[in-house]
Amino acid sequence: MNEEKKYSRYQRQMVLPGFGKARQDRLLAARVLVVGVGGLGSPALQYLAAAGIGKIGIIDYDFVELSNLQRQTIFSMADLGKSKAVVAKEKINQLNPELAIDAYPEKLTTRNGLDLVSRYDLVLDGTDNFSTRYLINDACVLLGKPFIYGAVLRYEGQVAVFNLPDPKQEETTNYRDLFPAPPSPQTVPNCNEAGVLGVLPGIIGTMQAAEAIKICTGIGKPLLNTMLTFNLLNNSFFSFAITKAAKKNAVYPATPDAFRKFNYEWFCGQHINLPEMTANAFDILRKKEELLVIDVRELGEEPIVQEFSYVQIPLSKWPSAIDDISPDKKIIFFCLSGVRSQRALAMFKERFPMREAYSLHGGIIAWKEQQILSPIKQ
Amino acid sequence: MMKINLLAFGQIADITGQANWQLQDIMDTDALIQLLYSQYPALKETEFSLAVNKKLIHSNCVLQQEDTVALLPPFSGG
Repeated sequence: MNEEKKYSRYQRQMVLPGFGKARQDRLLAARVLVVGVGGLGSPALQYLAAAGIGKIGIIDYDFVELSNLQRQTIFSMADLGKSKAVVAKEKINQLNPELAIDAYPEKLTTRNGLDLVSRYDLVLDGTDNFSTRYLINDACVLLGKPFIYGAVLRYEGQVAVFNLPDPKQEETTNYRDLFPAPPSPQTVPNCNEAGVLGVLPGIIGTMQAAEAIKICTGIGKPLLNTMLTFNLLNNSFFSFAITKAAKKNAVYPATPDAFRKFNYEWFCGQHINLPEMTANAFDILRKKEELLVIDVRELGEEPIVQEFSYVQIPLSKWPSAIDDISPDKKIIFFCLSGVRSQRALAMFKERFPMREAYSLHGGIIAWKEQQILSPIKQ
Repeated sequence: MMKINLLAFGQIADITGQANWQLQDIMDTDALIQLLYSQYPALKETEFSLAVNKKLIHSNCVLQQEDTVALLPPFSGG
């Protein structure tokens, strides 16, 4: 880009005292990997691109869904069904065509993780699950890259900068110092189950982008060894210092080879081998045969399902209630988004490994969406 | 009487039913956790970290008058 054009695009930040051409040039030379284009990744990408981060990587294996648009403002109706990484690349390319953008429409894994992270200066976490978050953390620790963490729940958010060298402290801190062990999946509600106000990840993702810009340019004081929490309902901020955990408490892969062999899904207790049934397959099957459909949500939870018959066995009554399940039909467990029904299925299979049982993938949300897209006649 | 302040976040505040309250005569964080477990058994199933006076702790910590203990759960959403 010629200097004059550069100056007009970035003029508002270049005139900032202490910013100038030198810091803008640092941004243009910086390389940031954004993992996940969801509620956090959408605003973060837009501000990183607008500010002129020279090279941006976008990794997300998922596709745009209608329920994303409430908070993932980089997407629009025309993008439904398309690859998030590819669409996000197009959008920020339109915003700032001078940048080098790499789209990776794939999952971040232990196979590609080190290679991908090593191509960038820092990683911005826009993931919605613990296994990817621990994977990013460990890859960043191994490669010595800063990791800008963000996460949200309902009206509350968390931001922190991990693994950034601190001149005042010998060792850097990371996510495992804060949470050495991942929680079991059923104890942490995800946004599908618990909900999130769309503007919240907008705020937290934008704060993550601000931290990335501060680290790349060297302005200000990033959230070094500090976690900041934000409560949108009462506008309260709370921050605290992250201190190093004892080595024995935070066990993570010490070599690239150990990283490649580490099973993050298993570590985070995500039972990937449990049989799931898609909304479509469920509709076909329930027309064919009589099933035992079990709602594991708590009593009174919305939406109330009236389109097919089922029994209610709330997860809070498990596992003692398992014995009441009659033994002669195929069983389909469902809940709101398919998380609790997996937990129910795991408990059920532990007790009755030979019984044929499934969890409705994506829960009643996915089933309702399926009815809109291709309804099966009742 | 020694008084301490408690702050709960996210799913921890759901379980305790309050985000900000006080307790009396708690010697240290181990005693605090035992008391919370007995008052709110669901906490035993829930992962959280503790910060005392805005500093993360990794082992038992003696509490003083007016100390603030924050109960911080991990969030997964993005």
